[in-house]
This record gives sequence, structure tokens and C-alpha cells, in this order.
Amino acid sequence: MARTISTRRKVIVSAIAWLIGLTLFFPILWTFLTSFKTEGTAIAMPPRFLFFDWTLENYQTVQTRSNYFRHFSNSVITAVGSTIIGLIIAIPAAWAMAFSPTKRTKDVLLWMLSTKMLPAVGVLVPIYLIFRDLRLLDTHIGLIIVLTMINLPIIVWMLYTYFKEIPVDILEASRMDGASLRQEIIYVLTPMAIPGIASTMLLNIILAWNEAFWTLNLTTTRAAPLTAFIASYSSPEGLFWAKLSAASTLAIAPILIMGWFSQKQLVRGLTFGAVK
Amino acid sequence: MATQQTQTAARLMMSPAVLLLLAWMLIPLSMTLYFSFQRYNLLMPGMEYFTGLDNYRYFFANPNFWAALTNTLVLVGGVLAITLIGGTLLALLLDQPIFGQGIVRLLVIAPFFVMPTVSALVWKNMMMHPVNGLFSFIARVFGVQPLDWFGQVPMLSIILIVSWQWLPFATLIILTALQSLDEEQKEAAGMDGAGPLSLFFYIILPHLARAITVVMLIQTIFLLSIFAEIFVTTAGGPGVATTNLTFLIYIQSLLQFDVGLASAGGIVAVILANIVALFLLRIVGRNLDA
Repeated sequence: MARTISTRRKVIVSAIAWLIGLTLFFPILWTFLTSFKTEGTAIAMPPRFLFFDWTLENYQTVQTRSNYFRHFSNSVITAVGSTIIGLIIAIPAAWAMAFSPTKRTKDVLLWMLSTKMLPAVGVLVPIYLIFRDLRLLDTHIGLIIVLTMINLPIIVWMLYTYFKEIPVDILEASRMDGASLRQEIIYVLTPMAIPGIASTMLLNIILAWNEAFWTLNLTTTRAAPLTAFIASYSSPEGLFWAKLSAASTLAIAPILIMGWFSQKQLVRGLTFGAVK
Repeated sequence: MATQQTQTAARLMMSPAVLLLLAWMLIPLSMTLYFSFQRYNLLMPGMEYFTGLDNYRYFFANPNFWAALTNTLVLVGGVLAITLIGGTLLALLLDQPIFGQGIVRLLVIAPFFVMPTVSALVWKNMMMHPVNGLFSFIARVFGVQPLDWFGQVPMLSIILIVSWQWLPFATLIILTALQSLDEEQKEAAGMDGAGPLSLFFYIILPHLARAITVVMLIQTIFLLSIFAEIFVTTAGGPGVATTNLTFLIYIQSLLQFDVGLASAGGIVAVILANIVALFLLRIVGRNLDA
């Protein structure tokens, strides 16, 4: 008896969960489907769900008319570039804080976190003026600098929580065996740290890819990443849903896949270790 | 000796990150502070002069400021209410045994990875369009007059879009906390005759309190600076109905070029965010000791 009740319960709970899951996912699915419609079918009433003439025309148009690939590569260059530079700066810092902590380590960590809480709009004017004078507006380098700096605290924090989990005993053992600091880093620490570094990298690419305050305000055409490219679809009223959908699908697909792989790290990275 | 050497090395290794962040914070922030006391418009170069607190006076006297402040609070409050309540319920649901749990989880968290400009435009057009949107279709199926979302309830529309983006975040973190709850504790309470409601209010909710607080504070910090969703949908309108503080300062600086006034607004935004940040830092800091 108890078994049948719990099975029935599981079926009901599953049905509700699937319904909610599909509802929440629906706008993404709808965008995907619409990207294969003609502009006419895209706005048809009643809406066509699966039975329409599938076409790849939108994907071609998006590339030929607005040079989609350039914006895509701008996104890749700035997101990956800022992540790599951020890691280069953050790895030594996180390593030092995790393995040679001092009384002030905690304060430094919290202070770094506090810089993340500075609202972007509070420094928009000076950054804009400095970038204008240094001719960094609408350049890859300018965007990489900003993305690196706004995500640096998160990188340091995530790496710190990962490095903290590496057992110190192993380091001591290698020191006893006469390993130098350099050897310690290369042969002992790095292999153990690589999974943490990889997930930090993944999460940070996602954050940089989707950043939509600085990318919209500091770029116009040459360095404009996908966030800004999609925003350009906001102005004209009219028949552009299918093209918007095609551009959107291409813009979110790579990050959605990466995100699904990094969902565990997401919790750690975005709560600064406060929830595990 | 060895420790002192390590200490020096450690300091050297930390210094690039610390110095860069220090520069990133101090230089622009002190410039903002300086500009906020200047009469400074980019359209009138060379005409800058010190005006004391005038910019702050103008900023606070501007009726749009109070509208923007109210809008900011409504936006943050609305999204928090939806995502915290919805996220807790959804986490409780996903914590049950479910067929295909992993896939449901993927479906639920997916919206978080959609870039803000995409989600705002997809919702504005394909979901909420008064004639061809899916919502208007559903309304007509049920014989209800379709709603002109961005015309009639612009702020609610933005709240819904932003909630859709942040519900996965709240759900995921509350679910993580839920899974660390001791099963035995739940069973013990069940044996003592606790019903599902008292189980929730006396065992589960207190256990989740910290996770919920963390979600609330982190979301507040991000939600205070909502920009892209407004930028691509309403541009702050109609009138100032969806202008939040971030958008107001953006208009003053990059559209009206009033550096002084925008800087005063920027300082106000920094102070507001700091109040929230103080609470968050205290919680995170407490966790560092443990």
C-alpha cells in the first residue's frame, strides 16, 4: 500500500515539476523554434508550434546583413581574454591567501568583495571620460580591462575557496622532500588546482559573455559584442522576430551549454562560499 | 626565516590583484566625488567651476529622482518577492524524488544563462506583444481582452522579465541549502507528529534562513543596477514609469552630458548599494571564520 501511494505521489510531483520546468524553459524553446520560421510565420496568429516550413534563411540573413560573426568573435575575444588575464592576476593572489594566510587575509578578501558591490553607474562618468581620452572607447582592450576588473573579485574568491580545500599536509610533505617553492607550485599544487581553475574559468566566461552594462555603454560598432548587437534589434518596430530569434539562439547557445556544465560551481562562485 | 620569506613572497603575489583593484576603485570613485561638486557639462567644455552641493540639491529636487527611487524600490522589491517565494517553493518541489530530475533542473536553471538583452527582447516581442505575442494569443483563447503589457503595466512587465532571469539563481541556491539538511532531523520531527506545515516552518525554513538571506542580498546588489532590460524595452518610459536610478544617471551622463549632476547621482547610488553591501559582507565574513 505504502509503495503505491509513494509511486503515485512521485508521478504527480514529477508531472508538476516537469510542467513548471517546461514553462520556465519555454521562452528559450520558442526563440529556437522561431529562428527557423519565415518572418510571416513568426508573427502568425494563431502561433505555429512545430508544423511550418523550416528554413535556415534567417541564419544566413543575420550573417550577411549585419555581420553576425564579427560580433560573435568580439564576444569571444573579450570574454575569454578578460578571463585569462583575470586568472593570471588572481591565481598568485588566491594561492598566497590560501596557503600563507595572515591576520589581514580575511579583511583583504572582504575588501575585494566590496569592490564588486560598487554600482557601475557610480563610476560610469569617470571611466567613460578616461576611456575617451585614452582612445579606449569601442576597443577590445578597453572592454577587456573593464571586464577583468569587475570580475576579478569573483575569480579571486572562487579560486580561494578551491585552494583552501587542497590539503596543506601534502605541501609540507613536498617541502620536507626538499621541493623548492617553484617545484611545489608546478608539480604539487597545479595538478590539484586545475579542476578549480577550470570551473572558475567557465563561470567567469559566462559572466563576461552576458555582461550588459559596460558592453552597451563603452562600445558602438567595432568592438561591440553580442549583447550590444542584440540590443540593436530593439529600435525598429516591424517584422524582425525570426531574425532576432536566429541571432539570439546563436548568442545564447554556447553559454547555455557551458552553464549547464557549471551549475554546481555557479552556487559557489556567486555566493562567495557562503552557501555550499 | 623561512616563514618570513614566504610572507614576503605571499605579499608579492597578492600585490598585483590588490593594487589593480585599489586603483580601479579609488581613481574613478574619487573622480566621481570631485565631479559631483563641479558645474561640469560636456557640451560646455572649459566652463567647469566649483558649485559646492548644488548638484546634490538639483538631483534631490528633481521630481524624476524620487520617481526613479520609487521605481528602483518597486523593481527590487517585486523581483525579490517573486524570486524568493517562487524559488523556495520550486526548490522544495525539486528536492522531492522526480522522474528525470536532472533534466528538470537543467530546464529550470536555463534562463539564468540567457544574456539580458536577449531575454528582454524575446519577452517584449514574442511573449508580451499586444497583437502577435503568445500571451495575447492565450488571453484570446480564454476570451479575455489581451493586455498591452508595456503600454499598460510597463513596470510589472520588467519585473516579470527580471524575475524570470533570477528565479533560477534563487532556486539553485536554496535547493543546494535544502540538500544539506539532515534527513534524520526531518524524520525525527515527523515521528514526533509534526505535519508538513510545521515541519516547513520549524525545521526547513530556519535551516534555509541563511541561504535565503544570501540570495536576497546578492540579488539586491545586482537588481539595484538593472540596466540592459530597461535600455532595450522601454528606455525608461512611458514618461519615467520604468526609469530606475541606474537609468536616470545614465540619461544624465551619456545623453544629457551633465557630468556634475550624474556624478552626484552616482554617489547617491554608491551609498545606497553600500548599505546593502554592509549586511552581505557581515554574513560572508562570519562564514570565513567558521
